[in-house]
Amino acid sequence: MSFKHPLDECFVRLKDVHFAYGERSILQGIDLSVRRGQVVAIMGGSGSGKTTLLRLIGGQLRASQGEVRVAGSELSRLGRNDMYALRRRMGMLFQFGALFTDMSVFDNVAFPLREHTDLPPEVIRDLVLMKLDAVGLRGAGKLMPSELSGGMARRVALARAVALDPMLIMYDEPFAGLDPISLGVVGQLIRRLNDALGASSILVTHDVHESLAIVDYVYFVSDGRIAAEGTPDEIRASRDPFVHQFVHAEIDGPVPFHYPAEPIGQALLGSSG
Amino acid sequence: MEHAISFVRRLGASLVDSVWRLGFAARFMMLLLIYSGQSFRRVHLTIREIYFSGVLSLLIIVVSGLFVGMVLGLQGYETLQRFGSGDALGVLVALSLTRELGPVVAGLLFASRAGSAVTAEIGLMKVTEQLKAMDMMAVSPIARVVAPRFWGGVISMPFLAAIFSTMGVLGGWLIGVVFIGVDAGAFWSQMQAAVDFRYDILNGVIKSVVFGIAVSLIAVFEGYDCTPTAEGVSRAITRTVVSSALAILALDFVLTSFMFRG
Repeated sequence: MSFKHPLDECFVRLKDVHFAYGERSILQGIDLSVRRGQVVAIMGGSGSGKTTLLRLIGGQLRASQGEVRVAGSELSRLGRNDMYALRRRMGMLFQFGALFTDMSVFDNVAFPLREHTDLPPEVIRDLVLMKLDAVGLRGAGKLMPSELSGGMARRVALARAVALDPMLIMYDEPFAGLDPISLGVVGQLIRRLNDALGASSILVTHDVHESLAIVDYVYFVSDGRIAAEGTPDEIRASRDPFVHQFVHAEIDGPVPFHYPAEPIGQALLGSSG
Repeated sequence: MEHAISFVRRLGASLVDSVWRLGFAARFMMLLLIYSGQSFRRVHLTIREIYFSGVLSLLIIVVSGLFVGMVLGLQGYETLQRFGSGDALGVLVALSLTRELGPVVAGLLFASRAGSAVTAEIGLMKVTEQLKAMDMMAVSPIARVVAPRFWGGVISMPFLAAIFSTMGVLGGWLIGVVFIGVDAGAFWSQMQAAVDFRYDILNGVIKSVVFGIAVSLIAVFEGYDCTPTAEGVSRAITRTVVSSALAILALDFVLTSFMFRG
């Protein structure tokens, strides 16, 4: 099947998307769009539904209500084969890389190429070396995933995610647990790869400063809804209390420091009496 | 009253849970069969699993087979000679092994050595999101990970059972003929005359194939279905070993009752 993606159209569009695990509601009426060439960040606290949102866009979960469109296709209408055809044009970077532990770095990056193309081994070798070179790890091809540092594993996973030159790259917490140098490297790679491939990228993250430096647009998710959105400059200048608390890492605000409880005076008196 | 309602609710929930799991298992088996063709087209994946499940289980199978045969030799001779039929030791050892002990004990050893390893490997791939990553790369984990491991186990098991039986017969010979002094001619000729290829050996092979299918299916399903946490994987491994052992013994009774009714 073929997918349309004219420049003026959104590559990813979510309209009034709801999602629940059983009776526990996670997302309530999300509207979001990503244009071709854009790098978009989805931010929010832990457990706000960011990763669920990414899984809905990747087709791993289905919305209980609303519409998720990727490359012009409504995901809930796609069968397994069409979904797989669409996923060949998506790349996803998992939080801890999810590298195949029984394969070397080289074989990990070669995996999607070997699975989905009939290219001769020499061509696959050249492509893998180019992808590894783009993330600065051409020399690490023979290493096993257990021999890599967290930042290196993330970069290898990034090379694997872009092996088939995807139209959409999704990142699940790409900055979590990285040292400052790796953080900057991964951030720059995300932007550079997106621009080189002419792709669209979606980052799910709570790393405000690193993301604001590289993205074009930001959505803030809180309690399953879009709490705020805007360009990085708009976000920095925002007077919205939620955005302000998040960007400036304030411990109390619309997101309370305390888990809901009775006033402490009452609790203390109650325990003594 | 409240207790009764909560009891009924829990009962209902566990029933729904069981039906759900059964449906999931049926769907899993269907996908496994559908994707099996792919694992045979890319035969190197299945051969790799035959190596991990079969070849690496050889040591435990060979050593256990030898010891079981040696024990059969000692016990069998001690009983047979009371009736003056010590020469029939070869028959006793061979029939016990080909009909029962070969498939059953090899199956139990296979479940604990290879089945548990398969469950652990698939379970850990699930914990580390490798299965999800594969699925996101438009590669079915059932085709790429599960089916080769299933068929690797199914193919390995009859060979392991045959090797177990062979080693057992050698162990029986070692004790009976070499140490106790049973006549070698009588040992082998009586065995040759009494063991029927179709009735004894083929039925034993059929048993080992059935056990191979049962153990491999349980192992891959438990790994694929496990809760993706450290505790979930350890529970899944335990379930693989326990369910496999029970399945082997129950299936053995059913098969024996059909095969050897005299």
